[in-house]
Amino acid sequence: MAEEPVAAVVERGQSPKEDDVDMADAAAPPAQEKPDVNLDDLFADMDSDDEEFPSSKPPPQIATQDSNSSSPSDEVVLTPTSDQNIAHMNASDPELLRSFYQRLFPWRYLFQWLNHSPTPTPDFENREFAFTLPNDAMLRYMSYRTSDLLRKDVLRLMPTRIEIGPSYTTNPRERKMLQNTAGFRPLSKELCFDIDLTDYDDIRTCCDKANICNKCWRFMVMAVKVVEAVLRDDFGFKHIMWVYSGRRGIHAWVSDKSARTMDDSKRKVIAGYLEVIIGGAQSGKRVNLRRPLHPHLSRSLDLLKSHFQDDVLEAQDPWQTPARAEKLLQLLPDKDLRDALRKKWDASPGRSSLSKWADIDAVAKTTTSKSFDPRALLDAKQDIVLEYTYPRLDINVSKKLNHLLKSPFVIHPGTGRVCVPIDTRRLDDFSPLEVPTIQGLIREIDEWKEPEVKPEKPVHDWEKTSLKPYIEYFRGFVNAMMKGERGDGKVKRERGEEEGDGELW
Amino acid sequence: MIRQDFNRVDPKRRNVLDHRKKQFAEPAFKESQYPHRLNFYATPPTADITLEQFEQWAIDRLRILAELEACSFRNKSPAETAQHMKPLLDKYLPLDANSSSSTQITAQRQKDHYSHFILRLAFASTKELRQRFTRVETMLFRLRFGADDTRERHAFVQSLNLDWEIVSDEEKRKYQSELLSTITYTVGKKTTHASIDEETFCKVDWTRVPDLVEQRRVFLHAGKAYVPSKEQQSLVVTEFTARLERALELTARALPRLDEDDRLTPILNHLSKNFVAPDANYTGSATAVDGAEITARNIDNLAQHFPMCMSHLHRSLRRDAHLKHNGRLQYSLFLKGIGLSLDESLLFWRQSFSKITEDTFNKEYRYNVRHVYGDVGGDSNRRGGGYSPYSCQKILTEHAPGPGEAHGCPYRHFNMENLAALLQSTGVTDRAVLQGVKEDKDKQKFHLACNRVFEHVHKNEIKRAKDDGIMTQAQLDTIIHPNEYFKRSFLLKQMGGIKQQPQDSDVKMEG
Repeated sequence: MAEEPVAAVVERGQSPKEDDVDMADAAAPPAQEKPDVNLDDLFADMDSDDEEFPSSKPPPQIATQDSNSSSPSDEVVLTPTSDQNIAHMNASDPELLRSFYQRLFPWRYLFQWLNHSPTPTPDFENREFAFTLPNDAMLRYMSYRTSDLLRKDVLRLMPTRIEIGPSYTTNPRERKMLQNTAGFRPLSKELCFDIDLTDYDDIRTCCDKANICNKCWRFMVMAVKVVEAVLRDDFGFKHIMWVYSGRRGIHAWVSDKSARTMDDSKRKVIAGYLEVIIGGAQSGKRVNLRRPLHPHLSRSLDLLKSHFQDDVLEAQDPWQTPARAEKLLQLLPDKDLRDALRKKWDASPGRSSLSKWADIDAVAKTTTSKSFDPRALLDAKQDIVLEYTYPRLDINVSKKLNHLLKSPFVIHPGTGRVCVPIDTRRLDDFSPLEVPTIQGLIREIDEWKEPEVKPEKPVHDWEKTSLKPYIEYFRGFVNAMMKGERGDGKVKRERGEEEGDGELW
Repeated sequence: MIRQDFNRVDPKRRNVLDHRKKQFAEPAFKESQYPHRLNFYATPPTADITLEQFEQWAIDRLRILAELEACSFRNKSPAETAQHMKPLLDKYLPLDANSSSSTQITAQRQKDHYSHFILRLAFASTKELRQRFTRVETMLFRLRFGADDTRERHAFVQSLNLDWEIVSDEEKRKYQSELLSTITYTVGKKTTHASIDEETFCKVDWTRVPDLVEQRRVFLHAGKAYVPSKEQQSLVVTEFTARLERALELTARALPRLDEDDRLTPILNHLSKNFVAPDANYTGSATAVDGAEITARNIDNLAQHFPMCMSHLHRSLRRDAHLKHNGRLQYSLFLKGIGLSLDESLLFWRQSFSKITEDTFNKEYRYNVRHVYGDVGGDSNRRGGGYSPYSCQKILTEHAPGPGEAHGCPYRHFNMENLAALLQSTGVTDRAVLQGVKEDKDKQKFHLACNRVFEHVHKNEIKRAKDDGIMTQAQLDTIIHPNEYFKRSFLLKQMGGIKQQPQDSDVKMEG
């Protein structure tokens, strides 16, 4: 996404100083509290996720004594508002946000996901969080020891946007206390990808800018399939999570240990391996590949071919107008062929892109030109398919270890939609327009009726809403990752020892 | 109770040597063997050599390395470099293949081995030296690796024990089409057809061949890169560089211990100083040109002999009565290189910055000029006599000029229109030359463009010099340093004792 701030942005807005001090107080509890927190976490791990998501029921109208909240003022009881009221509330309305952070946001799983273990590790403790406050000020270099402390501070600050940065060598809050600033540097972060539909504006005809529909969402589906194949098959990564960014884009987070610890130069290699569409709108033919195609590219081409027919040629009709058709002609190699096609298309205006694409081969067959090279035409056609289907990554997000990226489950302030993880096994079923909005979710909690048969466990608020499948998917993902992490760790350590013996020279 | 006998030697510890001796313990008993022509220089030599050999071998190797570096400065292609280096290598650092009938094989390899380690000692001290040494040693290694006999190269690679997994035939068949596409090359309309069966692939972690992965030159599966034998050079060379870098750092840490040896330290210091060669040749009086009056007030006259980068700086200085930091640095170092003394230099800058007050100059600029000459600053700066004038390489690669800055190389940092305008304003209007410059620029051979202009501007003099045999071909070799440009230009114009009066219009700036 374009608005992702790069690491250089520091606190702007009013009185960041005071905020800073406040927060340091809030987040660094006195020393004697420490064992408490750890114990709590240890036990919390055992009895799974019982008290993490406080439920406001039963009974419905009385605020439950939430073990996590320190003062009653922290807890806001949702006054029974009519559906209309909620529906018309702004997505970053503080009351809505408070209920969302308090009752629906999966803090525990977010913690485990970033921490890679049930008990706090430096992976989480030294991890940077960045908040965009309601007054648009940005707070960077926030860090927390546990998910509870993070939750508490978020409820205090009510950020409209939460971003996640890397884990550093030391606690980011204490970076200024270091003797030498070189000692403060990023160590690890998930390998991230960001794909944005605005980058497809020159080839999508249905929408433009921040608007999307199910037609152009197909570009994201293609992108996910290609990138997913590269990450899994080629690089061997296993723990990849795709997240809908809330409006017009999609993020990927790769949590494998080998991916997290890559330095910038390795990230750049992966970015380069993936990059196929080069240059901007003014640079003419943007795909120029070496032949024979690299295995990754021929596989991508196979994946994308059918999408090109259905989702591009048929659904988008990208060469409808003569001006757009001219763009296609410029990508074809032979001048005689281009002239013949232009003549044909001028004669029958309104010809569909599907027919135009078929015309290329038909006209090529009848050409008598001596210089005509069928091989070159085939190559050019492959390049065109890729130009209209291959993922267009915002590659800088992937290249830099210290790039911030919006956290999953944050509310997009413009649409009110939750940044939900996407189950790639059911990728084709996912529709961004059906993703729950904050207004809808809060209403769902209120409308929830207790079932006739009383369930054994108390029902979490999120289980009462349409956020349920997304949080369950996230939980499954995080558990699988932590399981892999435990196995991984041992193998890694042994290998590290072997490398230890070096020679003097 | 069992009484412990403290006098008894613990059976497990009996044979342990003093840990300080341990690393040298084993090799001391045997002469180094050199089964392969190439060497990864993993074990240091242990046999005795004379002090004379020590110095001579090091100097010979240094000569090769300096020449290799010069080739890269001149942007020579690998083939050109190989051709250029062959006679030099044969003379100073020959290495014959096992298959050759030479009786010198062991001696040659010993010299190669020892000289490498001597230079390691000489070049481990600072980060810059280490980087440069790694770079040129890698170049030498790549050159030799490429020239090696295929079978011997294979045996050498095997001996390295690089932890490569050779891809089995079964696996090769499984990924047949994928692998095939990485060893097939299409040039124009021709496609070379290779066979999977004849090719050996090895399987390594993708992070070990980052460049091959980034350019999609290898097949990748589950985090492993399948590297065909043709690309294995990249792997070996990367490994060579990585190991050398690591080893040099360890050497640097061990260096202080060497200070006790008062025979070697002076030799080593001398060697590393010489290696700073291309830049340092131009410090102080080394390039002082006979008959030239190098003073502040004469710079305007001398500017006709300056290469484009410097005359552009000079014009900018005259036009704006100011230069930004990097411009001042590049220009004042150049002037220092042509023999302008510190006092004259201070005078020159003071007069040139005509719009600022004496006070400001003293506060903000005087120190910088003195620092450049090594008159002030840290200990090493003063001892070293300040900075060395920038070589073309440095100007081309470091600190590209930003808005309002006049330093850098016009051939590289200007676009073609501006460059053509600049050339024409200095009197280079010949169509063919401008066209040539454009082609050089497109090919990124900026130094060739500069030399082309030099040859055009001095074509009469060069012809005469050649005819009269005043200058040899070697003296007219490609220029790779702005100060060399000046020196040669000045000498050529002075030839025959005819002192040309520079035309004022050439030098005086517009505005």
